[in-house]
Amino acid sequence: MATLKELSKVEERFVGGHRLCAGCGHGITVRMILNAAEGSNVVVGCATGCLEVASTIYPYTAWKCSFIHNAFENAGATISGVEAAYRALKKKGKVKEDFKFIAFGGDGGTYDIGLQSLSGAMERGHNIVYVCLDNEAYMNTGIQRSSATPTGADTTTSPAGKVIPGKQQPRKDLTAIMAAHNIPYVAQTAINNWQDVHKKAKKALEVEGPAFINVLSPCPRGWRYNTPDIVEITKLAVETRFWPLFEVENGKWKLNYKPKKYVPIEEFLKPQGRFRHLFKPGNEHLIKAIQEEVDSRWLALLERCGETPELPPR
Amino acid sequence: MTPYNPFNRNFGSGTRTKAVRPDMKWHELTRAGNIYEPGNANTYETGDWRSIRPVWNKERCIHCLFCWRYCPDASVIAKDGKFETFDYKHCKGCGICAKVCPVNAIDMVSEDEIEKVKEANKDEN
Repeated sequence: MATLKELSKVEERFVGGHRLCAGCGHGITVRMILNAAEGSNVVVGCATGCLEVASTIYPYTAWKCSFIHNAFENAGATISGVEAAYRALKKKGKVKEDFKFIAFGGDGGTYDIGLQSLSGAMERGHNIVYVCLDNEAYMNTGIQRSSATPTGADTTTSPAGKVIPGKQQPRKDLTAIMAAHNIPYVAQTAINNWQDVHKKAKKALEVEGPAFINVLSPCPRGWRYNTPDIVEITKLAVETRFWPLFEVENGKWKLNYKPKKYVPIEEFLKPQGRFRHLFKPGNEHLIKAIQEEVDSRWLALLERCGETPELPPR
Repeated sequence: MTPYNPFNRNFGSGTRTKAVRPDMKWHELTRAGNIYEPGNANTYETGDWRSIRPVWNKERCIHCLFCWRYCPDASVIAKDGKFETFDYKHCKGCGICAKVCPVNAIDMVSEDEIEKVKEANKDEN
């Protein structure tokens, strides 16, 4: 495991001057992933989303590597096309260097709109890494619900009020969907644990064939928490088992972090403005329902990872 | 500036070295909106978004580089594995670096305060 001292010597490939909000989780995640690619040549593709519109405003680009622009729904298709072209050119001897291919997508461009092209790219077995930066709603267009939005969250298209208490459906488990493609590497990680992100990004880049990483990347505007607390909020998501850290290597599930203590989901919900309505009197049953969902998903995950399915001690 | 000629097959190809300026006409822009300078967002300064500024305390710093790792704007400059300086041209003042610092070696100071101190110093001189 490389230390931060060594990693800080790697050239910066996502430079300042992009126009992401102050304290955006995407900037941190992208810097971590590109840092793990170290010296290798990288081609980046980006699904439409906060990251794309903020980092490549013409005539500026924040990427110090090849970057290909594409639409909302086809980041997977574009990057697999680039990879196929590279393989053909390499065979003909027109390209000499080695390249890595990374696609970044937000949760809207990955969970919903880009799912079919991503699924196709994974099934065809291209040597690519797809990174989903999950901020749990369409933040770029002004916080609309996506299928990654957790139950109870207040967004502009699932507004909490007299009629409904925020989003009513449970979130989609995309990491499990990607694991069902039987690809060499699938992982779920969060930025509070930089070693974990670095390790998984490195593994995904090194593996032969498609790899998928789902990163929890908080959005201070959409989640409405205190901006500097990004690491604490992500840590709470992991500790409350809302966002478990695990990886699936060649079909083998492995849990990377097991909380030592039972932390109730309230701890994660409380600092966020989007869940404020859940703490009004009379809404206790909603939190209870969210807790039950988190617990049942945790037990199912433990079973998949071959561990004894039990909740952490209280 | 060459006048626009619709029969010129090379129109829209732009020049690879010339920077794009807001006063350019559409046919002077690069073909397909390509950008030929990687990382040229560096020349765009987002530092004026900031209302609070991180100030480094040299005595307390242990050079763990957590601030470097968690800066979304690549505005913590590390050199030879040690904290070097803040890039105030791009720092947006989010305050994450001060929060993740384990020894509180980064203070967030209001830009207004800094302005006041600057003004006071100016008067003295």
